[in-house]
Amino acid sequence: MANVLVVDDEPNIVLSIEFLMEQAGFSVTSAANGEQALESVAAHAPDILLLDISLPGISGFDVLEALRNRPSTAHLPVIMLTAHGREVEREKGAALGADAYITKPFSTQALVDQVHALLGEKAS
Amino acid sequence: MRTDVLLLGAVFGYLGLLFLVAAWGDRRAEQGRSIIGSPTVYALSIAVYCTAWTFYGSVGRAAQFGPSFLLIYLGPTVAMLLSPFIIRKMVRIAARQRITSIADFISARYGKSTGLGALVALISLITITPYIALQLKAITVSHAVLISYPQSAESILYNERFWMDRSLWVALVLAVFIILFGTRYLDASERHEGMVAAIALESLVKLVAFLAVGIFVVFSLFEGPGALFAQVAETPALSKLMHLESVPGGVTGWVGMFILAFLAFLTLPRQFQVLVVENVDEQHLARASWLFPLYLLLINLFVIPIALAGLLLDAGDPDSFVLILPLSAGLEGLPLLVFIGGLSAATGMVIVETIALSTMVSNQLVMPLLLRFKKLHVGSTGELAHWLLRIRRVAIVLILLLGYLYHALIGDTYSLVTIGLVSFVGAAQFAPALLIGLYWRGATQRGAMVGLIAGFLTWGYTLLLPGFAQSGWLDTALLTDGPWGVSWLTPYALLGLDGWDIYSHSLLWSMLINASLLVGISLFTRPTPLEQTQAALFTEALHPNLPTTALQRGQTTQGALHELLVRYLGLNAAQRVFKKHSNHFELDQQDRPASDDLIMRAEQALAGSLGNASARVLINSVVRGEALDIESLLSMLDTTTQTLEYNRRLKQKSDELARIGNDLQSANNRLRELDRLKDEFVAMVSHELRTPLTSIRAFAEILASQPGIAEPKRQHFLSVMVLESQRLSRLIDEILDLAQLESGRMSLHAMPLDLAALADHSVETVARLHEDRNIRLDVSIDERPAQVVGDADRLEQIILNLLDNASKFANPTDPRILLRLYKKEQHVYLCVEDNGVGIAENARELVFEKFHQLQANDQLTSQRPKGSGLGLPISRAIATHLGGKLWVEDPQVLKGACFILELPEASID
Repeated sequence: MANVLVVDDEPNIVLSIEFLMEQAGFSVTSAANGEQALESVAAHAPDILLLDISLPGISGFDVLEALRNRPSTAHLPVIMLTAHGREVEREKGAALGADAYITKPFSTQALVDQVHALLGEKAS
Repeated sequence: MRTDVLLLGAVFGYLGLLFLVAAWGDRRAEQGRSIIGSPTVYALSIAVYCTAWTFYGSVGRAAQFGPSFLLIYLGPTVAMLLSPFIIRKMVRIAARQRITSIADFISARYGKSTGLGALVALISLITITPYIALQLKAITVSHAVLISYPQSAESILYNERFWMDRSLWVALVLAVFIILFGTRYLDASERHEGMVAAIALESLVKLVAFLAVGIFVVFSLFEGPGALFAQVAETPALSKLMHLESVPGGVTGWVGMFILAFLAFLTLPRQFQVLVVENVDEQHLARASWLFPLYLLLINLFVIPIALAGLLLDAGDPDSFVLILPLSAGLEGLPLLVFIGGLSAATGMVIVETIALSTMVSNQLVMPLLLRFKKLHVGSTGELAHWLLRIRRVAIVLILLLGYLYHALIGDTYSLVTIGLVSFVGAAQFAPALLIGLYWRGATQRGAMVGLIAGFLTWGYTLLLPGFAQSGWLDTALLTDGPWGVSWLTPYALLGLDGWDIYSHSLLWSMLINASLLVGISLFTRPTPLEQTQAALFTEALHPNLPTTALQRGQTTQGALHELLVRYLGLNAAQRVFKKHSNHFELDQQDRPASDDLIMRAEQALAGSLGNASARVLINSVVRGEALDIESLLSMLDTTTQTLEYNRRLKQKSDELARIGNDLQSANNRLRELDRLKDEFVAMVSHELRTPLTSIRAFAEILASQPGIAEPKRQHFLSVMVLESQRLSRLIDEILDLAQLESGRMSLHAMPLDLAALADHSVETVARLHEDRNIRLDVSIDERPAQVVGDADRLEQIILNLLDNASKFANPTDPRILLRLYKKEQHVYLCVEDNGVGIAENARELVFEKFHQLQANDQLTSQRPKGSGLGLPISRAIATHLGGKLWVEDPQVLKGACFILELPEASID
């Protein structure tokens, strides 16, 4: 069972994504800030990351950069989840090596499809 | 009573007084306490214009030609009234260029021309010597009249040997005087303060003497002017004399005489000396411009009454009326005073004229010749300064002797007036070169030279030659038939111009020829660079942009320059030049190059003693490779005042535009900044709105797509959706609040209220919530009521916001909050403290920024209910609206954050 790490400081959003991912057949861990996220990646070695940008402390971009700089997580699929809808943010995410970029509020179906797609690619 | 001894005693006593005054003036000048630094003294010295010719001759001319003599004084009056335009310019130039005489002035104007200077000096010598003779003659005649009265003076005048002639001795005393006070120094631009002081005294003496005799004649010989004129009216021959028609030559005679006097006033060497060279302060012209005309009015006041009285009483020679009238009344003292007055008029003129002429002779005639002899100039090692003084002293003696000889040999054949007017026309020949050169930059040296020679020759032919003919030295047929019988060449009626008086006739022709040749030839000759520079410096003398720095560049050493100055001016003068420049000249500076400024200063110093032309020659002898910076000078001067004004306005406008541009720029920057802030705000708002919306949508989709969710979970999801919706509406409310507060459109219902009661109410509101979270809230209210003016709802909003924040940031293990309320100095303070980590000093203003959220680093952060990030900005905006303040203070009781709300206390009534 693939493991999904959800990183967001909004408990209700984490709650909804956890439910969605579990329904889709994944196991879920969550983190409320960047430091926790990095610890969690090291501890649980998730298969995919749903990463918010605006986090207390270090930002989602910082987390992504740190992951990409580590050989073990350089190719970990990462979906950026953000309430910042602006193009610059999207480009910055792409440049740092995000695999997908989903704007809040998102379509639940699209999110699940995206996770499937990234994990499927990975599997094949 | 009138013994020769007494007279001689009076004469030499008076001359002795002059010596004393002059010595005093020089001493004061040396001490730096000048006695001539006054416009009154300046105006009096200008009165040297009134010579023995005025003193004796005015009455003579009035007796012969009526009031025409007044024109001789009207010309100078107009010239003085016009002094801001003409004389001021001359004075300014002379001071800048260290001009020593009119010959020097004209030479300097036309490229420091040696030839032109020599020509002017020569013409001056020829035209002025008779004028000096005239003064000596006046002394002789007046002396003779005084001695021989009531007998005719003829016997004495024609039978005396020349060494018996008092005027010879007077001339010799004057020579001593002039040598003493005119050639003491060779520096400081030929100023002679002692001499000027003596001249001013002489002007006073002659005025007093003339007024005395006038008052005596009118009020003692007759019973006032009424009685005198009544007698005249009864004598038809006399009353006719006072009509204007009696002027020789009619209207042209009037105009001619006026113009002649105007020009001669500016060009007579002695007038140039006192007006321009001896002027110590340009500002003196202001008072002199009315004081001198007033002097002329006073000294002419009694001329006509004396002339009429003399004619009525048949007092003999009109030129001697002033002496004979008091003598005939048997007076002893007054004739002596009159004689002294005449003596002062004569000696004043002789002194100044001789100084002016001797300066010209030494600077414009002898010096240039000496400089030609290289041996004398280069080879000699001694100081030439003493040489120069010696030259000038010899010149003084020679000029006076020449004047005396002229008087002794020829003088008798001319009347006083004739000699004077002939000199006037001669001196007027300088006027075209002087005046045209002062205003027209195009006048060239060649033009001035030719014009001057031609004018001078015309003068000689139309005035001097006929004079000789009349004296019997030439055939009088010249006057009647013209030379060789060619009638249109007749000296008094050139080209058939007949019926004019001889002076106007000569003036017209000589001026016409002189000026038209000057202009005509100037148009066809090219001036040298030096000429162009000098022309520009003269014509633009009053230009405000005129440069005072060196206009020429050349190379020489300080040593060479110093040696030159020592040789020609003496050691002291040389040191003065170097001292002004920098420090003293030191031997080790011998080989240092001299700056352009020092070279200019050296040339000026030389010019002040030797004249501009010789100074130029000398400077050229030591300075190599001189280049004239004429282009920059001309371009500087070509910018006329109008252009300058135009440029000034243009600059003003462009400054204004630049200022407006700057204002626009900063306004634009402000707008951009506001725009950026607005964009940022919109982005932040949208971010904040999206967050609750995300949860709502996610759960709505989950509930919609998954009907089989367990009921408790469904209920939970629904409650989350409700909470997030509430959060969303609250956020929107706050955003609208803030927008209204910031735009100033929020209407606050301000009314007097008790802040203590309001605080109580707020505490009650949160009490239960705090109890739930185990938060200890202490309240300390010092005074009740705490009266303020405000909107109760909004103030409560602030207090709740502060309490809410405190509860979020208080120490999580033992949360404590303290609310205090106290009054101090007409203000009410509400302070909310918590026991959290506090706010760093540099973050205390940041917390009031929109959407700024403190980074809380405790583990409870994620579970803590999040604020919108707008609470504090809104609270502060409300406080400000109510005339209060809200800020973060150092912690006081607890150790965490401390927010203070300050509001002005309202009076109870």
